[in-house]
Amino acid sequence: MDFLDNIPKLPVAENIENFMDWITDVLEPIFDFVQSFSEIVMEGLTDLLLLVPPLLFIVLIAAICFFASGKKFGLAAFSIVGLFYVQNQGLWDDLMSTITLVIVSSLVSVIIGVPLGILMAKSKWANTIVTPILDFMQTMPAFVYLIPAVAFFGIGMVPGVFASVIFALPPTVRFTNLGIRQVSEELVEAADSFGSTGSQKLFKVELPLAKSTIMAGINQTVMLALSMVVIASMIGAPGLGSQVLSSLQRAQVGTGFVSGLALVILAIIIDRLTQKFTK
Amino acid sequence: MPKVTVENLSKVFGKKEEQALKLANEGKKKSEILERTGATVGVNNASFSVEQGEIFVIMGLSGSGKSTLVRLLNRLIEPSQGNIFIDGKNVSKMGKEDLRNVRRKEMSMVFQNFGLFPQKTILENTEYGLEIQGMAKAERRERAEKALDNAGLLAYKDQYPSQLSGGMQQRVGLARALANDPEILLMDEAFSALDPLIRREMQDELLDMQEKMNKTIIFITHDLNEALRIGNHIALMKDGEIMQIGTGEEILTNPANDYVEKFVEDVDRSRVLTAENIMDRPTTLKIGKDGPNVALRRMEQEGLSNMLVIDDSRKLYGYVTDSDTARAVKNHEKNFDNILRTDIPTVQKDTLINDIFEVIHDASTPVAVVEDGKLVGIIVRSLVLGALAKDSEVSL
Repeated sequence: MDFLDNIPKLPVAENIENFMDWITDVLEPIFDFVQSFSEIVMEGLTDLLLLVPPLLFIVLIAAICFFASGKKFGLAAFSIVGLFYVQNQGLWDDLMSTITLVIVSSLVSVIIGVPLGILMAKSKWANTIVTPILDFMQTMPAFVYLIPAVAFFGIGMVPGVFASVIFALPPTVRFTNLGIRQVSEELVEAADSFGSTGSQKLFKVELPLAKSTIMAGINQTVMLALSMVVIASMIGAPGLGSQVLSSLQRAQVGTGFVSGLALVILAIIIDRLTQKFTK
Repeated sequence: MPKVTVENLSKVFGKKEEQALKLANEGKKKSEILERTGATVGVNNASFSVEQGEIFVIMGLSGSGKSTLVRLLNRLIEPSQGNIFIDGKNVSKMGKEDLRNVRRKEMSMVFQNFGLFPQKTILENTEYGLEIQGMAKAERRERAEKALDNAGLLAYKDQYPSQLSGGMQQRVGLARALANDPEILLMDEAFSALDPLIRREMQDELLDMQEKMNKTIIFITHDLNEALRIGNHIALMKDGEIMQIGTGEEILTNPANDYVEKFVEDVDRSRVLTAENIMDRPTTLKIGKDGPNVALRRMEQEGLSNMLVIDDSRKLYGYVTDSDTARAVKNHEKNFDNILRTDIPTVQKDTLINDIFEVIHDASTPVAVVEDGKLVGIIVRSLVLGALAKDSEVSL
């Protein structure tokens, strides 16, 4: 007991802090550039979405739902009622901010995640290195990402996206890796035996066959990005999450429920839609 | 010059590759190498050559290394040692680009489970090999359609593989391989996943095709019947080593060692089936009980030209013919004494069909099957031929 107590506390926290300070210092110009550039893009996207009159937006979403679900009315009807409710509660601007956040986070996750997954499927080394990092990303409490996000990008949407990407990336990577590894050996051999190059094999055989698995991963990524919205609002990301957060801080059960429900509606629409596109 | 020449080709799977290879070259067996190094010898110093236009069958049980061997030829699996020459070019030493060209132009492969891409239509599958060569769409479409037409499958070109039966899928697999117009076809257990009737049909089609196209075919199978049917030469493998190479006839009549002999025995039914397996129930007359009158009547009723004569303990005495019996009836003879013939050929219950051939060849009567001098059955010529023809239907 004494022996253990006599070991001085290892300065893990201090070291990480120093490291982060160092990174923030060294890479500041890059972070600044990314921050301002992304801010412009995302605000532009939100403004663009807001340009669409709510009624037209609702009709468009309903139409997409209708056709995506094979001309069935269920999801379309739900989206009409749900979006009307959001508009009615005065949460339309927040909804658009949230959609922007989710779209950008998901896009970034897919752009990083799919190639990374392919790399893992192809290289044993990449697989060995990336797997523990993914484990780390998935198990570390999401709040912890907020701290470096603020350090790098200040507050607002950009750090929100940064934290969301870290949180939402792993499923896309894992499912892409899995999907490609699952392609039957014989089909890979068939592709090789006809003299396919690596990229021909990837794009003509492996990716098409892994498509539904990859899409399942992307669906998970989108849902995780959405669930990060509330947490990201703690560092100033605008949207439905910030409404939930402010209700929490003021102990307003009613408004908290109203914006929480809006999030649920958005989640259901996005989930069902991405699932439809998976098939 | 042979089309394909393979020299000392070996493949070792596992970590201690070099050590295992050294042991293999010293002539150690697969099991010993596994024990000493933990490495598995897939193919052990295989050497053979295949002439242009022949069907070369590589045969062995599962785990014998035959599928590994065929994959070494187009380097789907990289050889650990040895050389592969195609038209004198050393494939095993080629760079990636050259190897790709060999795969695209010179050899195509047909797979056991067809290897068709499920998300592509039959036509898209067939043109895959041409597509990746960068051939223009119109041209590759035309060639793929021609290949499908030759296989009689053009009508199915817009369907997906899962909509076709196994036999049809493998025809597509073959058409896809031929669309590239390769000189060499590698067929890995190509017909093994098909049911026996379809398999026979596909074998016939392959032989027909071969007559027209004159490709060099390397065919993998575990089925000796198939090997004998289609192979010009057969290589028999065990534990990664080639045990014997020869024509079917040579392997059957002159097995190189016990293993080959045992393997061959399994299939050559005339050497396995015995009289007991194919004999029929005899129609008999009992001496002392039946007389010429009964005999004549029964022969007329059952359409026989002769009958065997036995006693109560089934001891075989001989046979009587219909004309002899008719004469005996005319002469009012009461027994068979004057007409009984004893020159009946007999075989034992465990006589091999192979040996029955010689007996039955010039016999005018059925052959009697006896055990301890007692009659147990008869064999007529058609039974022997039937047993050999519909091989698997006779229960052993």
